[in-house]
Amino acid sequence: MQDINNSLSTPDSALTKQLKWFVMHFKKEWQLYLMLAPTVIWFMVFLYTPMYGLQIAFKDYSVFKGIGASPWVGLEHFYTLFENDQFIRAIKNTVMISGASLIFGFPVPIILALMFNEVINPKFKKTAQTIVYLPHFISAVIIAGIVITAFAPSTGVINLMLNALGYDSVYFLTKPEWFRTIFIGTGIWQEAGFGSIVFLAAIAGVNPSLYESAVVDGANRFQMMYKITIPCILPTILIMLIIRIGNILEVGFEMIIMLYQPATYETADVISTFIYRQGLQAAQYDLAAAAGLFNAVIAFILVIAANTISKRVSKTSLW
Amino acid sequence: MSLKENMNLYSKGDKAFVYLNMFLVGMFTISTLYPFIYVASLSLSLGDAVTAGKVVLTPVDFTLAAYEKVLFDPAFWRSYANTFIYTIGGTITSLCIIIPGAYALSRPQLFGRKYWNMLIAFTMWFNAGMIPFFLNMRDLGLLDSYIGIIIGFACNAFNIILLRNFFEAVPDSFEEAARMDGANDFQVLWKVFIPLAKPAIATVTLFCIVARWNGFFWAMILLRDEDKVPLQVYLRQIITQLTDDDTFASTLLTASYSFETVSSAIMVCSIIPVLLIYPWVQKSFNKGIMLGGVKE
Repeated sequence: MQDINNSLSTPDSALTKQLKWFVMHFKKEWQLYLMLAPTVIWFMVFLYTPMYGLQIAFKDYSVFKGIGASPWVGLEHFYTLFENDQFIRAIKNTVMISGASLIFGFPVPIILALMFNEVINPKFKKTAQTIVYLPHFISAVIIAGIVITAFAPSTGVINLMLNALGYDSVYFLTKPEWFRTIFIGTGIWQEAGFGSIVFLAAIAGVNPSLYESAVVDGANRFQMMYKITIPCILPTILIMLIIRIGNILEVGFEMIIMLYQPATYETADVISTFIYRQGLQAAQYDLAAAAGLFNAVIAFILVIAANTISKRVSKTSLW
Repeated sequence: MSLKENMNLYSKGDKAFVYLNMFLVGMFTISTLYPFIYVASLSLSLGDAVTAGKVVLTPVDFTLAAYEKVLFDPAFWRSYANTFIYTIGGTITSLCIIIPGAYALSRPQLFGRKYWNMLIAFTMWFNAGMIPFFLNMRDLGLLDSYIGIIIGFACNAFNIILLRNFFEAVPDSFEEAARMDGANDFQVLWKVFIPLAKPAIATVTLFCIVARWNGFFWAMILLRDEDKVPLQVYLRQIITQLTDDDTFASTLLTASYSFETVSSAIMVCSIIPVLLIYPWVQKSFNKGIMLGGVKE
């Protein structure tokens, strides 16, 4: 309040003072701003300009008129979306796939980290870690290619095994009831190893004296893992869980685009693949942008909520 | 030697626990490795053997026919070369933007530093999404161009914040000493910060390389010209034909190579460069990501 009063009483001098200071500052530090410029320009051009373009979610977008001149239609696209069975299905599938991969996928890296921690042969440990981190760095196209090849009806190894056990071949990738299992299983296979790094770091931070006193008390290794390691890394587990829940709308859609087909849309079509088909394949830009905006707003709220909660949990912010 | 000695100190129960654990870790490792071995074996087998469903673990009727088919295909080489252009060009562009940007954002004397940082960090939480991004690229005239792919994906908040945190952790005394010698910002960055931040820069570089090498979605959307597509997009075209229809598959099918062996051979060719840089990747993400940690 006082500041405002001061500046009101002597508006000119305060302003010129500030201006002078800024000119001085800029003369001295111009190099810093020159270094910052490419980054800021890049973010403006490639990430903030699209945010301006988001207005087509409320417009009847015409390619010829452009973003600014297209007429407003209010919430029409949102009404259309929520009357669209495919969109409702996509929301449902997104939550189902994310929820299931959270339930089945979240514990795996933790268990893996605990297991790595109990490996006492360092060479074996290092080799195993090197191998299980690898799939994280392989592209979605190749992972999907491997899945498609392995699940192929007549030549794929999965069906060859089924045949050997006396079962008939199943064309898995055309069966909606199999899609989620295959997709989530592939995700766990690809990311569990890399995901264990965070927990291994947490385990490395456990105070060694805890184990020493446990040994004196005659605890065995399993008890130490159960009674010391797990409680000590619980905060990390909790934070990672909150982050995952915050990102629940994020599905590895590149993989879905590779693996799904009309026969499996029923269980495989998620919000981002719906946007991709409606927007980029069918060129219904405004409707797809509305779906994207809906997705982004919900995701934003979830992430902010996750950060707020984790701040309370850990007393340190996630970012 | 240490293993045996240590084991003698363990109780029977502990020994059983350790061995069971080792077995389970071994199983998980093998199941991670197996799909890669499977694909490699497919690529080295005779097409007929694959079609007959004989290949499960090791190559059957070893042949390089699939590789011959791939390596004599000009489309493969074109897409391979394109991937190198996008990876090298993109990574260099990224570093040229990210390093000075992260340095500027890490300096306390930067006016409005908090707000510049928020401008960057906000994009981690809110994204305009696929369609506005695509329309923006189209309006910028960056469809179907090398430049569009190289510049359009040069930055992300994560890498900038990672590097900025590292720069922030550099003790002030280093900068002060350089300033005493009359160094300007560019010299401070070049002579003090970049050498000190080598591990973090290596991490960001490898993240960029891997992301570029593996990226396919936007290349698939933005590039219409077959001559410009990277390897992953080319590979995708081949793989989806396996699921979409059989016409292409049947034209490709001969006794010596089949559709599966050819697509497997391309997959192997695409994995090999990743394997070559993987030792560095592993070393640096173990160090780098722990050092930086992404915090605002």
